Amino acid sequence: MASRRLLVAVFFFAASAVALAFLILPLAALLTDRPPSSLFDQLSNPVVTDALVVSLETSAAAQALIILLGTPLAYLLASRRFRGRSAVVTLVELPIVLPPAVAGIGLIVAFGRLGLLGGAFSALGIDVSFNKAAVILAVAFVAGPLYVRVAIAAFEAVDPRLVAASRTLGAGPARTFFRVVLPLAGSGLTAAAALALARGLGEFGATIMFAGSLQGVTQTLPLAIYYVFDTNLDVALTISALFVIMTAAVLMSLKLTSLWHSSRSASPSRSAIFASS
Amino acid sequence: MALLSVGFALPLRHFRLELELELDGVVALVGPSGAGKTTVLSVIAGLARPESGRVALDDEVWLDTDRRIDLPPDRRRVGLVFQEYALFPHMSVRQNVAYGGQRRADELLARFGIAALADARPDQLSGGERQRVALARALARDPGVLLLDEPLSSLDGHTKASVRSELARLLPEIGLPTLIVTHDYEDAVSIAARAGVLVDGRLRQLGSPDELVTRPADAFVASFTGANLLRGRAHTRAGALAEVVLDSGEPLQSTDQVQGDVDIAIYPWDVILSHEDASTPPPANSIRVEITAMTRVGGRVRVAAGPLNAELATEAAAALALVPGAIVRASFAPASVRLIRRD
Repeated sequence: MASRRLLVAVFFFAASAVALAFLILPLAALLTDRPPSSLFDQLSNPVVTDALVVSLETSAAAQALIILLGTPLAYLLASRRFRGRSAVVTLVELPIVLPPAVAGIGLIVAFGRLGLLGGAFSALGIDVSFNKAAVILAVAFVAGPLYVRVAIAAFEAVDPRLVAASRTLGAGPARTFFRVVLPLAGSGLTAAAALALARGLGEFGATIMFAGSLQGVTQTLPLAIYYVFDTNLDVALTISALFVIMTAAVLMSLKLTSLWHSSRSASPSRSAIFASS
Repeated sequence: MALLSVGFALPLRHFRLELELELDGVVALVGPSGAGKTTVLSVIAGLARPESGRVALDDEVWLDTDRRIDLPPDRRRVGLVFQEYALFPHMSVRQNVAYGGQRRADELLARFGIAALADARPDQLSGGERQRVALARALARDPGVLLLDEPLSSLDGHTKASVRSELARLLPEIGLPTLIVTHDYEDAVSIAARAGVLVDGRLRQLGSPDELVTRPADAFVASFTGANLLRGRAHTRAGALAEVVLDSGEPLQSTDQVQGDVDIAIYPWDVILSHEDASTPPPANSIRVEITAMTRVGGRVRVAAGPLNAELATEAAAALALVPGAIVRASFAPASVRLIRRD
């Protein structure tokens, strides 16, 4: 009996050690394969700086778009019950699991020059292929659904009785949303935005198909890695290390804000709703 | 005082909720859970929409389905105290109260003795304190009507008693038409001047606690207000007490003049217990029962005796030396034997 228990314990610890090592090794190798000084030297390489600027610009724009349009959509889907609601939610979730290459093709045939809206767009003087606007659309299409999905859950976690209480206290829908719903869903929305940001920064497949990989225009950090990795591994390593640090920072700040929120505003009871009895 | 008039119909899952109610003063709506009590409050507050109906405070119409009037909750002057209070967890006590109205916030905090807690968060408060914050918040918007949904159900026994007497004192002082929803009859009558019994979406009876006990409209109201229920058949006799033959065959007399199949309501405090004595005839108007259980509640003893619950002073029970298993006589004054015609 005792030896069997020991065996099970050993197996669990050994499996955990192998799994952890498997996950950590590539990350550690990225940071240690070259001496830090050579990584620092490559930071000034124009391929790196151009890609960094393109990535930051397009991610910021896509993120603004996602939050501005995604938040109202998530709130409506979380708070309204209507026929076809679950179908709409499924449509929103679809791009999350879609292969990025499929997303890229979809974007081309929808918004590209010869696509569904291409004619309308060019009539308006808008051109969304192989430029920054195309990168922004690709990132928003792939990262937006992640934001909306997590934001729906954040809004659904707000006790509907608090919303009802706000209304009976004389607050209209707008005041209720900004004073009650938004603060209570805040930590969840922050998490949603952080996940979308991380996903958007790493976007590769849809971007390379829809926007191409033009240095200083559409070449984001992941595209730059792909572009240089067989000619200049140092640059690829530098960008990758940069990535590890950036995404780790996003995750860490996410953990810290949710920790700060939960210590500050724990709802006493979120389970019970305004029950009709 | 203003008058709130409510009349509506709303189909719920298991029954149709239909209600007509004129509200001035403090009224409790009492009934088993699932009777539609909370829905009544939701309809008045505008949180639920009835199929048809009208809600008006004096000549201020909040809902009139015939005239297509349906004001949103924020435009009805309603102060609603939610079950478990629904305080905003991300706001301080003062912010919670001021959310309803800045002007009266400090006055209300002082009035309800929660000024010292103004900067506390709801999760730092006791149940009784939360209840006061919720009441202050509801009043801060200067409502014309006060609604309380199960204000005592989330409190522990000790706090419950003090909050109950606090509400009984405060609510008449506030001077608004007030509707309290509760599943506990004792809570209802200790807070409100009148109580309505709501069962399966219908208001069975609305009256003072005295009226509900002395003239229960039906067997359910009688048992809900705490009566023992027996069944039998009654015969009126000119110039005499009505005679009832219980289903068990024993005869009883009643001052109520009713004929036919009846429910017989007898309140526990009207039951007189005595020992059987072979040398004297049994007391009039009595039945033979076996004591099955005894529970002490405060200065009284609750005795389960045959089909009856009796309640008597601890000393009286001690003097009779009652023990479970004993066979005793339970007798009642004819005026305590209340007959309700069964249809």
